[in-house]
Amino acid sequence: MAKANGKHAAEATKDELLQYYRDMLLIRRFEERAGQLYGMGLIGGFCHLYIGQEAVVVGMQAALKDGDQVITAYRDHGHMLAAGMTANGVMAELTGRSGGYSKGKGGSMHMFSIEKAFYGGHGIVGAQVSLGTGLAFANKYRSDGKVCLTYFGDGAANQGQVYESFNMAALWKLPVVYIIENNQYAMGTSIQRSSSETHLYKRGISFNIPGEEVDGMDVVAVREAGKRAVERARAGEGPYLLEMKTYRYRGHSMSDPAKYRTKEEVDEKKAKHDPIELVKKMLIDAGHADEAALKEIDREIRTVVSDSATFAQESPEPDPSELMTDIYIDA
Amino acid sequence: MTQILMPALSPTMEEGNLAKWLVKVGDRIEPGQVIAEIETDKATMEVEAVDEGTVTELLVEEGAQGVKVNTPIAVLGGEGEAAAPAPKQEAKQAPRPDMKEERVKTARPEPSKLSTPTPQGDTEIPAGTQMIKITLRDALRDAMAEEMRRDDRVFLMGEEVAEYQGAYKVSRGLLEEFGPMRVVDTPITEHGFAGLGVGAAMAGLKPIVEFMTWNFGMQAIDHIINSAAKTLYMSGGQIKSSIVFRGPNGAASRVAAQHSQDYSSWYSHIPGLIVIAPYDAADAKGLLKAAIRNPNPVVFLEHEMLYGVEYEIPDVEDWIVPIGKAKVRRVGADVTISTHSRMVGHALKAAEQLAEQGIDAEVIDLRTLRPLDIATVIESVKKTNRLVTVEEGWGQSGVGAEVCARVTNEAFDYLDAPPTRVHQVDAPLAYAANLEALALPNVDHIVDAVKAVTYR
Repeated sequence: MAKANGKHAAEATKDELLQYYRDMLLIRRFEERAGQLYGMGLIGGFCHLYIGQEAVVVGMQAALKDGDQVITAYRDHGHMLAAGMTANGVMAELTGRSGGYSKGKGGSMHMFSIEKAFYGGHGIVGAQVSLGTGLAFANKYRSDGKVCLTYFGDGAANQGQVYESFNMAALWKLPVVYIIENNQYAMGTSIQRSSSETHLYKRGISFNIPGEEVDGMDVVAVREAGKRAVERARAGEGPYLLEMKTYRYRGHSMSDPAKYRTKEEVDEKKAKHDPIELVKKMLIDAGHADEAALKEIDREIRTVVSDSATFAQESPEPDPSELMTDIYIDA
Repeated sequence: MTQILMPALSPTMEEGNLAKWLVKVGDRIEPGQVIAEIETDKATMEVEAVDEGTVTELLVEEGAQGVKVNTPIAVLGGEGEAAAPAPKQEAKQAPRPDMKEERVKTARPEPSKLSTPTPQGDTEIPAGTQMIKITLRDALRDAMAEEMRRDDRVFLMGEEVAEYQGAYKVSRGLLEEFGPMRVVDTPITEHGFAGLGVGAAMAGLKPIVEFMTWNFGMQAIDHIINSAAKTLYMSGGQIKSSIVFRGPNGAASRVAAQHSQDYSSWYSHIPGLIVIAPYDAADAKGLLKAAIRNPNPVVFLEHEMLYGVEYEIPDVEDWIVPIGKAKVRRVGADVTISTHSRMVGHALKAAEQLAEQGIDAEVIDLRTLRPLDIATVIESVKKTNRLVTVEEGWGQSGVGAEVCARVTNEAFDYLDAPPTRVHQVDAPLAYAANLEALALPNVDHIVDAVKAVTYR
């Protein structure tokens, strides 16, 4: 596996790197703000933050074409922002307001955008893997050339339906790329304690699904692996498995103190493997940008996120009549 | 200046202890930096800064107990504050409308009108219509074939549906006509292919997912309920799942408990699903065609014991039976028998025996269990003043329990006897022939129940 040393930097242009920096920073600042609003009681229920894993979705999104679908589980804010969904719409869903993507009826774990081909946002661990395989089935049925990115975590990698889906996807050569975001902890259970084979990229072997391990903290490495996998799927050669070695800085959800890992471990990841710091270093080392220019991007992002927080608090709660809508479609 | 507030660190936290400050006045802090440790009733949690700036004041001392959520605990000044003002707090502090009360007063519909799609059309067979004989099995096949010809988004998937021609030969001939892309043999993988089907439906296809029996469909119940039935609501109306899950339901013959379960009440519990359980071939064909066209997820419960039975069916082009309408199978004056699926046949036989004894029973075939056409049952009870429900499944929380509750609630004054339920005995279904027969409802049970409510 390539270490997070920026050795792929030369494979990305200045504009691309600046875009990745911006996109990753948006996710990080958005999540920090979401954590703050949760702390103020403005976001309820469960809230799973994506901080630390930003390079995975930003790199994979860069490997897609318009119309390609994305589906994931409940740690989904980053995937939505990467897919181009607005910070306002996502944040307002977190606060349960009518301006949210699900009109306040889905919450953190259940948001969708047909326009951006984002199919959720699913709260049952592993369910999105079968669903994403079905989206890919529809692509093949229609021969429309689309590819579906199906994300899941190292925890979901032990669910049976993942392998039921692998089998059908390989059998029918469906255009799907499976992305395991291995952040090393399924809630509080480390991969060593949950998995007999901890190299999750090997999990496709008995289905003839090729897999590779990718440095999920290096956005360019992610993109390059993503391109290979997506093009293979689009060419009709069937599914591909990418294991993204990544790390979440925060607990599983807001109420998780994360006592199952050491502070030193977390600090080491933050200090030496941070995906945003890596891109920053690439940009500065290559002379693409200086500290002042990056600071200016940071400032712009802060405004976007701050505006989303304001929108999410000013947007009204759903009208009581929404209680009984969207249950059935009139035939 | 930006105030840092005491955060809530779980959905239920109202206060906590400020165990430790990790910054002091004058420190510059960055977003993501840990600034304090807070003890909740469950754990000690780290608090990270969201804004950057310089700590100008610590408002709560280290060691303070019972600090209420949203109390200001520190003040930040300096660069960054202008770009990142503290989120407005009015939304939290303004009194929230009492949603519970408001719901009851203004928004909560009558229970019987809950989330019910409007039934459409008429089920009457026009006078003079030519009738033909057909097995229920072939009626189901014809329904699928006609809809697949009509709409190329419709496809069938399941175990043995294609080359084997269906485990119960329901899909005979479909592979030859429509090819392997639209008649898809799956591995034995119910959870996976049900989820795959829902995903394909979310992408706009119209899958028919066959379970070899609904007993195996239990492996897929998560996708039927969590993925298919709920996503329209959870997506604020964006994600649609037009999908039919179908297959044989209930007790076959001597296949024991795991292969004999009736799922009528299980699925009829779920808002977002349509649940259909037809009796004869005309309803099976007309309702399956309606189900395939319906934009909602449909659970279609067939009965294996009826697959080979020949029924008369109207020989008309595009025979459709509307979803959500019960059918009065026999008109009577003395008692209402409310039932569905295979038990309709038992109820009709019981009615014949009862007629010989001078009791005139009205038999209502519910046909659709969700939305439940309770109005037709209530109208009947207002006439007969007596109610017997019959179902193949267990009694507790069953379809009959629901019918009895709604009739009691909405037509109490019309009842001359307590409503009575006929159902399977409260035990797993046995293999032994005698025990199986003892467990399942039969014609005699229905006759006895009717006599009880008519005091005969």
